[in-house]
Amino acid sequence: MTTTTPALSGPKPLPPPTSLQQQSSAQRAPPQPQQQHTGLRTPSNRKTIYDRNLNRTRTTELSRASFAYLFSEMVTYAQKRVTGIQDLERRLNEAGYPLGQRLLPLLLYRTSTPTHPAPRPTRILPLLQFIAHTLWRHLFSRSADSIESSSTNPTEYMIIDNEPLVNQYISVPKEMSQLNCAAFVAGIVEGVACSVGLGCAVSAHNAGEEGGMWPGKTVFLIRFEEEVVKREGAGK
Amino acid sequence: MLARVVYSLIIINKAGGLVFNRDFNSALNKVSVNDLLVLAGTFHGVHAITKSLTPSSLGIPSKDRTGIEVLESSQFRLTCFQTFTGTKFLLFTEPNQPNVDVIIRKVYELYADYVMKNPFYQLEMPIRCEAFERHLMSYIRAK
Repeated sequence: MTTTTPALSGPKPLPPPTSLQQQSSAQRAPPQPQQQHTGLRTPSNRKTIYDRNLNRTRTTELSRASFAYLFSEMVTYAQKRVTGIQDLERRLNEAGYPLGQRLLPLLLYRTSTPTHPAPRPTRILPLLQFIAHTLWRHLFSRSADSIESSSTNPTEYMIIDNEPLVNQYISVPKEMSQLNCAAFVAGIVEGVACSVGLGCAVSAHNAGEEGGMWPGKTVFLIRFEEEVVKREGAGK
Repeated sequence: MLARVVYSLIIINKAGGLVFNRDFNSALNKVSVNDLLVLAGTFHGVHAITKSLTPSSLGIPSKDRTGIEVLESSQFRLTCFQTFTGTKFLLFTEPNQPNVDVIIRKVYELYADYVMKNPFYQLEMPIRCEAFERHLMSYIRAK
């Protein structure tokens, strides 16, 4: 290495004799290796997110402000060419779904130890626990506020978050009061649940009361498919 | 304890339009929206004039020349804070209210958080953000 660097840094011996007849500017600025601009920026130490250890990012946190701006742009983007609130929520949900599919194996990998591999949650209750604790803690650094099951419909379960991080800076205008931008988080939950084979549809609903302690309270309603609940009952 | 010493807040966009106003003291006379719009526009103009009044002999670079910052009368004090993008925050307080700069910076912080990070807010348009008003009121009340 030490023998090659002086040759690279000192360009004077490099130009062949023919270049003396060529433009003098070419001599002053020897041709540099052309940088390929792909538009992707890499850190100065050349370590991208793909070079990092999967486990090492466990404690690193992101700036909340930069996430807020990014999410704000995501909502603005999703709002383009939508026909209504349902359509907008569907788009946010679809944006979160692949995230859930990828987070499941990542989180299972991280919670595993060489001697005790973490089992994949294959039943409803362990799955809800996994979502409300492991997933929530990974995404928002805290657990969800509660898990409830519907008293009227055995296929419905609810995860309740008093103050969803994604909605922290968002004020929904009066004419769109049905909208809850946490549909994005609902999409993540749906992605996780469908990846373990418990098919369901997840939606986010506003449950905060005006002037109450938690005006941004959100209920994530998880509607499992009939056969999922049937299978759950058969295994007991 | 006296009545609340922060009277009201006005936010003016970079074009001189009124985008937000809120009274924190119910004892104040009501000002019509029309008058408020005129007030905002007038202040915007006066601010621009005062900015160009800085004597050039002082050798202050033009980017450091600020316009009117404080306007005081026997009954109230008007403090103006202008952001880098030209948005102005006007805070009407009692003349002896201390730490107005701290209050106005906090208001700016709330604006940056709950207005600028809200995907439903359109730039330079009137502010109708419920979360901003909620946090603003609870901050001023706690003062």
